Amino acid sequence: MTSVPGKPIKIALLGNPNSGKSTLFNILTGLNQKVANFPGVTVDKKTGITYLKDPLTSIQQEAEVLDLPGTYSLNPKSPDELIPFQVLCTSEPQNRPDVTVVIVDGSNLKRSLFLCTQVIDLGLPMVLALNMMDQVKARGLRINVDQLSEKLGVPVFPINARKKEGIEALKAGLLTVGKPTKSFVNLSELSSTPDETSIPFDYKTFLLSNQSFSAEPTKTTGHKEVKTEAQVLSSSLSKRLQAQETLLRYTEIGRMIDAVLSTTGTGRKSLTLLLDRLLTHRIWGFFFFALIMLLLFQAIFSWSSYPMALVESGFRWLSNEISLSLPDNVLRNLLVNGILAGLSGIIVFVPQIALLFLFISILEDTGYMARVSFIMDKAMRRFGLNGKSVIPLISGVACAVPAIMSTRTITNWKERIITIMVTPLMSCSARIPVYTLLISLVIPNHTVFGFLNLQGLMLMALYLLGFIAAILSALVLKLLVNSKGKSYFIMEMPVYRMPRWSNIAFTIVEKVKIFLFDAGKVIISISIILWLLSSYGPGHRMEDVEKKYGRAALLNAPTPIQQQENLHKAQSEKLSQSYAGLMGKHLETLIRPLGFDWKIGIALVTSFAAREVFVGTMATIYSVGDEANNQSSIREKMESDVDPETGAKVYTLATGVSLMIFYAFAMQCMSTVSVVYRETKRVKWPLIQIFYMSGLAYLSSLFIYNFLK
Amino acid sequence: MSKGNNISLAELKVGQKAIIKAFTDEEMSLKLLEMGCLPGEEVRVDRIAPLGDPIAISVSGYVLSMRKDEAATVLVTVK
Repeated sequence: MTSVPGKPIKIALLGNPNSGKSTLFNILTGLNQKVANFPGVTVDKKTGITYLKDPLTSIQQEAEVLDLPGTYSLNPKSPDELIPFQVLCTSEPQNRPDVTVVIVDGSNLKRSLFLCTQVIDLGLPMVLALNMMDQVKARGLRINVDQLSEKLGVPVFPINARKKEGIEALKAGLLTVGKPTKSFVNLSELSSTPDETSIPFDYKTFLLSNQSFSAEPTKTTGHKEVKTEAQVLSSSLSKRLQAQETLLRYTEIGRMIDAVLSTTGTGRKSLTLLLDRLLTHRIWGFFFFALIMLLLFQAIFSWSSYPMALVESGFRWLSNEISLSLPDNVLRNLLVNGILAGLSGIIVFVPQIALLFLFISILEDTGYMARVSFIMDKAMRRFGLNGKSVIPLISGVACAVPAIMSTRTITNWKERIITIMVTPLMSCSARIPVYTLLISLVIPNHTVFGFLNLQGLMLMALYLLGFIAAILSALVLKLLVNSKGKSYFIMEMPVYRMPRWSNIAFTIVEKVKIFLFDAGKVIISISIILWLLSSYGPGHRMEDVEKKYGRAALLNAPTPIQQQENLHKAQSEKLSQSYAGLMGKHLETLIRPLGFDWKIGIALVTSFAAREVFVGTMATIYSVGDEANNQSSIREKMESDVDPETGAKVYTLATGVSLMIFYAFAMQCMSTVSVVYRETKRVKWPLIQIFYMSGLAYLSSLFIYNFLK
Repeated sequence: MSKGNNISLAELKVGQKAIIKAFTDEEMSLKLLEMGCLPGEEVRVDRIAPLGDPIAISVSGYVLSMRKDEAATVLVTVK
């Protein structure tokens, strides 16, 4: 390989899922990682920097490492698998990696070498990293590395990525790699086609002409470019050729393995077998799964509440300090009520995201996640969901934001989209303040059947309602969302392993970063827009309120309590005269059939940021000050509120239940909206979600209100 | 089940061994072949999921899981 000093060389990491590729990537790049995305697909592009040292000259060479998505072959069958194919077969030489490291699970040599031999036949410079040498030994196997290297025509480096063994030799070897000395299979042996002359003998051309897969998102520009280079073969011919190529490859691999692999004795009995007997058992399997889910639920629901409270009080302290030290002007208002409020709303999610991904990466890393799929698949499949959808759905009860980020583990695109679309219907913790306020307002605190509290029953019914709505919506979406490309469940059940804590730490940091920087941008913009809407009004309306409750009014108030009251009244009137207030009033005609008045309309507008804002807005509207501990006084004010025309109570049972149903279904969470955008990379999906959920909310509330009225 | 007859992989019981003979779905067969389910290869049903579907089989030295309708496209001879 010719490397130009000063210019980083490009290294691509390729391997099967569970081959230890991420571990190797983390070892090579350490903290020098960044995540971008491949154009057109929802696949994260992880790159990092490593330094290679020439053992002879001791010159350091900078290298950029690209972590390609795990794949079993270069014949792509999903958007993820398309990426390695595109990167290696690109028609632009400047984008092609200088060297490819194919990482292979040594204890599963036959199947892992399949991908490796495909890369060899592309004729690009590559090395083979033979991983999990400890497992090879434990299984009582021995691999003749020199012979393997000679037969493949590429350098082979035995490594143990978990224990960081063999890494230095691999890194040094990367500087001196050349192209493979020979091709692995002879394509001219594919003979039984009627039209022999049309078979390309060059492997890259062969792969390109066999491409029948088109990735779901249509903007796969890179793919189209490479596709036009070669004549695409007819579908039936290309399928036959692919099948023949696979058979030929495996025949050759089998022949080679007989020569390089030897059994040195009996390996120890596999722990995986015993664990699987327990963890996929028809009773114990579900028992352990329920136990793990309970723990996960505890973590994101209850453990996370402490750091979340810390974040919130930290921001409260900060905005107080700023309010005190800066003069009262627009800038301070923007800083405190727009930017800081938005930032706090973003950072408050970090503990939940970190805890959820702690669990999820442990489940993935140990190999348990594949078992979750295995035992839950049948139950979830009929709703268009995946066995793994259970985890986002349950996490959604705490918060939809980390839950939606966790759908990455679902490899089937359609099942993943459906999971993303229905998860926000699960009753999240932000709905609790809304529910408790409304329940205490309209549901009597009675005991029925001697032991059941009516208010508690209502809360449980709301949780159940969210779950049922999610499952039924999934069923509907299953019929509506169409997926291109065939979906498979065919997947490896990896052996159980101890989790690698450093990998888990990397995953958590990566997910938190993605959320803060990608979703954060959208959240802070919406937060500023909402601040503008609720602090400004058309014409002189705001100034009039200022005048009415201005310094003179405050000074005229005889007691500090009345001063405080005047201040709250001013805030209330300002809100109702602001753009948000006017929007709420204009909404009234639309929401009247649901039993809502203009005050609720305002709360609906402001709580688009987050559902729990409902309570704060109500406090402002009813002039009780927006301190969160004022619940009982808000409740009293709301309870005594009457319709100015009819004199009837505003918060009747019908209105209260209708409002709860509305909050159960409506998409009122900008953080979820922006995470859905981040995860689907399309504006289309969050928009569909907002419309279908709001439509569902409106119609259900309309029905329930008229039913109870 | 008499020995030697071609049945589908989905019909095997837990613990039964068989030899892969052929595939009935061409597209599915491409994926299965890549995963090491080759004609002539021995497979063994390790486990059936608690709800009756999917199944887990041993093939080519590792464990592979698939849905029953996918396994139904693999024709095998019971050993």
